[in-house]
Amino acid sequence: MLDKTPLGNLPPAPGVGYKPQHFSDVMQDPAPVRWLEIHAENYMGDGGRPLAQLRALSERFPISVHGVGLSIGGDGPLDQDHLARLAHLVDWLNPASFSEHLAWSTHDGAFLNDLLPLPYTDATLARVAAHIDEVQDRLGRRMLLENPSSYLAFAESTWSETEFLAELVRRTGCGLLLDVNNVFVSATNLGFAPRDYVDAFPLDSVGEIHVGGHDEDADDHGAPLLIDSHGRAVADPVWTLLEHTLARSGPRPVLVEWDNDVPAWPVLCDEAQRAARALAVLPR
Amino acid sequence: MTAEQDRFAAALLNPGAARPEGLEDGGHRAAGRRFDVYRNNVTVSLIEALQSGFPVLTRLLGEANMAELARLFLRAHPPSSPRLMLYGEGLPEFIARQEALAHLPYLPDVARLELAIRQSYHAADAAPIDPGLLATIPPEELLAARLRLAPALRLLRSDHPVCAIWRYNMEDGAPRPEAGAQDVLITRPEFDPVPLPLPPGGGDWIAALAEGMTIGEALDAVADQPFDPGPSLTLLIQGNAITAIEREP
Repeated sequence: MLDKTPLGNLPPAPGVGYKPQHFSDVMQDPAPVRWLEIHAENYMGDGGRPLAQLRALSERFPISVHGVGLSIGGDGPLDQDHLARLAHLVDWLNPASFSEHLAWSTHDGAFLNDLLPLPYTDATLARVAAHIDEVQDRLGRRMLLENPSSYLAFAESTWSETEFLAELVRRTGCGLLLDVNNVFVSATNLGFAPRDYVDAFPLDSVGEIHVGGHDEDADDHGAPLLIDSHGRAVADPVWTLLEHTLARSGPRPVLVEWDNDVPAWPVLCDEAQRAARALAVLPR
Repeated sequence: MTAEQDRFAAALLNPGAARPEGLEDGGHRAAGRRFDVYRNNVTVSLIEALQSGFPVLTRLLGEANMAELARLFLRAHPPSSPRLMLYGEGLPEFIARQEALAHLPYLPDVARLELAIRQSYHAADAAPIDPGLLATIPPEELLAARLRLAPALRLLRSDHPVCAIWRYNMEDGAPRPEAGAQDVLITRPEFDPVPLPLPPGGGDWIAALAEGMTIGEALDAVADQPFDPGPSLTLLIQGNAITAIEREP
């Protein structure tokens, strides 16, 4: 378990997920955007434009490295090659924050490119905690773990998700990344109140908050099924849930995620401005 | 490994497999098509990764046919690493085994060229030599020298006009490809890889240089064909593809 170090060094201000097509815009006029998040896996080449852009960005902005492929919830050992590449990137960049997901994505050597769910049991808790310990030891820093968006639940689960995450914090000393869009998606899909989830969440351990867009579908019974698509503007009830969260947690770094059908820079800035307004009304 | 993730993963990649048991909605009813969200995410995201990684292949086949090819490929060969920037290494051979595509014999090499361009894009940086340096070396010494080539350099030898096919599909106003074999040199002058056709013998000569032969030994290796190294050397220099000249002490 790592000692209590800060929950990362991101400012309690708006950030956005960085897309290469926005490079000139970001460098010329970042407007309300104060920091950027990158997906670690996109910067695991040996050189060329991606790393050159990242170097230039890191000279102007705090960077959050967000992994999407470590498979911390996987039932096999962590991919040591991937962990080594991650350590290389983090050592080189010294980012303001590193985060990953409570999910699995690799099985039997195959990378499935999705954040897959796991049951919340004593056995999975022990396994995920061991993987977090391994990552934090290897990177020599505290990591943030993100709550998933859920489309289904496991009959065998014996822990609630918030208790499961709180226990991981207690065992490993990791921090948490609270994705309030994921909370809204999971709450709608599984039929619980999103505010109850936020109120039960260990907010003191939250080093970063995500908001993003979702799509609407339906299950076999016609019940609403929201899909965490990151392909549109943040929905109004998710902004409301962000305000509720910030009122309880106090100021936190807030990231706007928009990964598919990526809009022009000014549209993304409008979303970041909305996050800035949610932060601005908090008592100082 | 737990049997649970075995079953979950197998059902993700096999649309005919039964959905795993023990999955529910929030009210203890069977999860049903909720599981298909994950199936769909896996399949669609990997199809999109292959379509964007092989833009010319996608143009040649059409988006729907490319999606169908990608679906077959990803089920047989899911990525072996989270670095999707390199996904699709086995696609050329996979295409070559598809009987339905046998009437388009150049497709595997188009896929090889697109892979090579992607590898070049992500290859390590290396400072090129000062182009004036070559002119300062006496010819005998130059023949005995070895060229160290940039990590971003790639070479593709094809029985098809693969570079012309690539250009015709990527650039407005590019000429129609004409039948014939083509050796292709890919260099990365700055950040964007550039594929260019080599004159006859150029592919063999640069391959010999890449193996570590001296310039003279590499010329001997192509002595069975009429070959002037000048144009190929110019392409290497213009592509910032020579990073050192190693001379005997």
